[in-house]
Order: sequence, then C-alpha cells, then structure tokens
Amino acid sequence: MNIIVCIKQVPNTTEVRINPETNTLIRDGVESVINPFDTYAIEEGVRLKEKFGGKVTVVSMGPPQAETALREAISLGCDEAILLTDRRFAGSDTWATSYTLSQAIRKINAFDVVICGKQASDGDTAQVGPGISTHLDIPQVTYVKKIERIDGNIAKVERLMEEGYEIIEIGFPCLLTVVKEINEPRLPSLRGKMKAKKAQIKKWNADDVACNIRGIGLDGSPTRVVKIFTPPARESGRILEGEIPEVCDRLVDYVKDEVI
Amino acid sequence: MDYLLTEEQKMIKELARQIAVEKIKPVAAHYDESEEFPWPIVKVLAESDMCGIYIPEEYGGTGGGVLDLAIATEELSWGCGGIALAFAATGLGTFPIMLYGNEEQKKKYLPQIANGSKLAAFALTEAEAGSDAGSIKTSAVKDGDHYILNGTKQWITNAGEAEIYTVIAMTDKKKGARGASAFIVEKGTAGMEFSKREKKLGIRGSATREIVFTDCKVHKSNLLSREGMGFIVAMKTFDNSRPGVAAQAVGIAQRALDEATQYAHSRKQFGQSITSFQGIQFMMADMATQLEAARALIYSAARMIDSGAKDIAKVSAMSKLFASDVCMKITTDAVQIFGGYGYMREYPVEKLMRDAKITQIYEGTNQIQRGVIASHLIKQLSKKSKIA
Repeated sequence: MNIIVCIKQVPNTTEVRINPETNTLIRDGVESVINPFDTYAIEEGVRLKEKFGGKVTVVSMGPPQAETALREAISLGCDEAILLTDRRFAGSDTWATSYTLSQAIRKINAFDVVICGKQASDGDTAQVGPGISTHLDIPQVTYVKKIERIDGNIAKVERLMEEGYEIIEIGFPCLLTVVKEINEPRLPSLRGKMKAKKAQIKKWNADDVACNIRGIGLDGSPTRVVKIFTPPARESGRILEGEIPEVCDRLVDYVKDEVI
Repeated sequence: MDYLLTEEQKMIKELARQIAVEKIKPVAAHYDESEEFPWPIVKVLAESDMCGIYIPEEYGGTGGGVLDLAIATEELSWGCGGIALAFAATGLGTFPIMLYGNEEQKKKYLPQIANGSKLAAFALTEAEAGSDAGSIKTSAVKDGDHYILNGTKQWITNAGEAEIYTVIAMTDKKKGARGASAFIVEKGTAGMEFSKREKKLGIRGSATREIVFTDCKVHKSNLLSREGMGFIVAMKTFDNSRPGVAAQAVGIAQRALDEATQYAHSRKQFGQSITSFQGIQFMMADMATQLEAARALIYSAARMIDSGAKDIAKVSAMSKLFASDVCMKITTDAVQIFGGYGYMREYPVEKLMRDAKITQIYEGTNQIQRGVIASHLIKQLSKKSKIA
C-alpha cells in the first residue's frame, strides 16, 4: 500500500502571539513544530504501512526550514520526504496550497491513500485536505476517527460527528483527513532519528510539479486577508438561582429583552 | 556545559529526555504510590530503540557504550529514578553476558535484550552476603551436563519481571571467592521461584524480590566464562555498571535542582521571591556546582571505560561515590528549599530524596567504593616503592 501523508509546519500553538499593529503572526523566536493534527496522519500512515506493507511518502509545502518537520516525520517512520518550496508559492491560500500539493501527488503518481490532519493549528480552515481531493478528483472522507478495515481496494472508516459517528465505505485511491481520536502517535525511535538525519529530502519547485503559474502563490489565491485579530474572550454566563417556576419566568424575560 | 557528545549521543539524550518528560514524569507519582512495575514505559523504551544503545550492532543494538548508557539513564531518571531502574538494572544483568559470554550466549541473549522484548537482572546479593560477596551460600553442583542450583538471592532488582538472569553461585565452597561461578538462568527454569516482594523507602516503581533456587537445573552451556570466574565476572560487571548508578543519581539530582529553583523563583516571603535571599542563592549555587562536577566525573569515567582502558575500578567507584553523595545532598537541600511543602507528598521533592538514598547503598555501598578507591591508591604507592 502506498500512502502519502501531507503535513504542515506551524508555530507551536502554545506560543502564538499576534502583532496588534500589523495583524500578523509574530514568528520570531517561536519554535516550529509539525501541525499537531498532522502527527495523527503520520502515525496512521505508518501503521497502515506496518500492517499492509508498502511505503509512506510525506509531503509538505513551505519555506526551506520546513525540512525539519519532514525529517521529524521520517524519524517517526515515514520512508520518503518531499518539500515543495519555491518563492512563487508564497502567499498561497488553501485553494492554491491544495492545488500545489495535488500537483505534487500527481507527480508521485502511484498511491492508494492520501492522509491529512483534519486542519492546521494556525489557520484552522480544514480546507486543504478536501481541496486536494477535489483537485485530484478522488473521493474523500473527513474527520476519520477509525479505519475499521481495508478489504482489497475498499476501506471502511468511521467519521466523527458532533453526536456519534458515520460509517462510510470508500474506494481507493482516496483522501482521508483524520482527527486526534484515531490513534496515539508514537515517539520517534533512535534508529528513526538516525535515518532522518541522513535522509535525502527531495525539493520540488513549481516547475518540477508542472504547476500552472497562475494557480499558485498569492496570484493563484482568491482569498484576501482583510484583518487578523484576537477575538474577545467569551464572557462568563449568568446563573439564575431560585425556585424553578420563578427562574423560568426570569429566563423567558431575559431572552425576550436581551437576546431577541 | 558542552560535553562534546557525538551526534548519536545527542540524539540519545534528546530522545531519553522526551520520553522522561512526556511518558515518565506524568506517571511517576502513580508508580511510586502503587509500586506496580512500569511495563507501559518499558514498551515505550523498546519501541524507541533505547534498550540496545549499549549493545554492539552485531547483536541487535546500536553499538554505543557505557557513556551512552549513562546519558540515557540520567535523562530517564530525571523523569523517575525508580522507573528508569527497569532499564538500568537490565544493563547490570546484561554486562556479564557482554563481557564474558561466548559467541553462542551473546547471539542467543543480547538481541532479545537489545530489542526490548526481554529484561535482564543480576543476582548476587544474599541475606548474609552483601558487601562481602565472597560469602555467598547459593551453590551450583555439577551433575553431568547440568549444574544444580540451590539457595536464595535477595533484593534482586527486576526479579520476577526480567526473563534473563545472571546468577552468581558457588561451584567450590572451599575456594571462597575463587570458587564462585556465574550462570545465565532463564525465567521459567524449573526450580527457580520468586518470593517476597520488598516494600521500599524509594524507587518504588522498581521490582525488588527474592529468588529461590531449589534443585534448579541449569545446562552447562549457560555457565559464563569458566568455573571460579564468578567473582571476577561480578566485579568487572560493577566496574562497567557503576557509572550507570552514578548517572541515575545525577538525573534525580538534576530534577531536584530544577524543581527547587523553579519553586524558589515563584515562592514569595517577606514580599519578595525567596531567590532574592542569599541563603537560598548559596544553596542553589552549591547544588548546581556539585551536580555539574558529578556529571563531568561520570562522563570522564564512562569515556575511559569505553576507550578500552583496563584499570577502571577506581574511576568507576569515584563516579558512583561522588554522584550518589551529591544526589543525597541536593535532594535534601531541595526539600529544604521547598520548606513545609517539600515534606508533603503532593509535591515532587520528597520522592526525589527517598529515591536518592539507594544510590549510596546499592552496587556497593559508598563505604565499599571508598575502600576500592583507597586500595588502588595503596597499590599504586606500593608499585612506586618497589620501583624506587
């Protein structure tokens, strides 16, 4: 089974701050990590490989320093790593990013399943995974919490919903985005770390993956960021106390007066 | 301080610290309280390739040495000195096979230890044979192709949990220490039983039990080296393993220093952080200095051992003696800095103090270490006087 895992390098979420003047993320001095949701994608990919054989190729689009994230993925059991890096990719929104990644996946060609984390901890859009499947014209299941079984070219998966879960069958090749309930990612192994240190990370630019230049980077991105801000903290609720009928009356009055 | 570690040693340090922080520290209090054996952590160590870091590559390890083992033990002990012992005591049980095993024995046992599927243990101590290892009573009587073992070993770390034991028994009682031999005994061998599980002051996440041998038949192919070599096997094993105990002590002490400085920084009395008082500052400074000196001594001793040097007993003893005494002092001072909070089980430092004590006692009490060091000094003196 050939598995492709897409990951993103993000600033460590516990340390994210926003510059109030420019409305951009302060990245200086902030440690970069693999997007936490993507660590579940890596683990699931490696588990599938361990169960069914084959290999795991990990792909990321980002600046040259994203190589660190790819090496870490290798230390966790991935076999090959590809970094999509090109100044022309800068400013990509989720549409351009998923297009670029899908072009890389087309170039890798032989694959059964693409696995992504459900969303990135910095952008929180959850759009890149579904975007890739759209560009590749393959089926997708998002928020997968369990791969129940794989029979030949059909996978049976559980998709996490707000209340309960759906069971879906999906044919290969396909794309899955996974939630943290799916597994517990392992720690790296010493041999994995040694392998990661020596590994060759392939670097592909826009030409290597035959991108339509108008579809990538800022120009290829229909999204315009107008403003980034920290939302105000939610105010605490009010608790009404007293006899139930009387409290109900007060609640109804409150809803009438202040909510509606 | 930069100890000029190799790339691989840096990776071991980083990985062991990650295991200590993410996997061991959160469960340390649980194992201290429950006295259960930390199998889930052993599994993590196996999966992360830590179990084979001091075992040669040809036997499934990654080919490091005593320094690699010390670095890992130190970091894991930062998480919990008791839990880390499952790992470190396996090292103690493995050294006899690495140092004195024949090719067949090494091929059979080392790969299983290296991949973490089996733990090892070393069984020397008996009720009446502690520091005086020459007076052990467990006997091994030759009977055709077998030896028949009878006797009781006590306070054996990893007993009952480990699969592979190096056992010292007397093949010739008349010869005293020179009549001792070392055997590899596998768990499950008929006549080998585990009895009393000890309740301890510290390192409570570690298993300490008695092993009782009753007409236990061990095939002669499990004899390590030759008959009569048991005492030498034990002593050489300790020469190699003592930096590991020292590293355990340094790991515990580092944790105590980290906890104490962090607490002192946040603790306010008389309207200011207690780190603004010279009394606390001097304690912190002494703790940090002694700790670094202990670490430097261990790494130097370990490097010397790894270089293949022969006369290692003295430096090995020095590293264990110094690091464990420093550990006891630092953990005691950490409790002092925490004040009343330090005495409470809700805070982590009283456990560190309890865990520290054993490092002054096992693998040779610190009085025995001083004896080893002194005897080498005297030996060197008499050599010199002979030449003069």
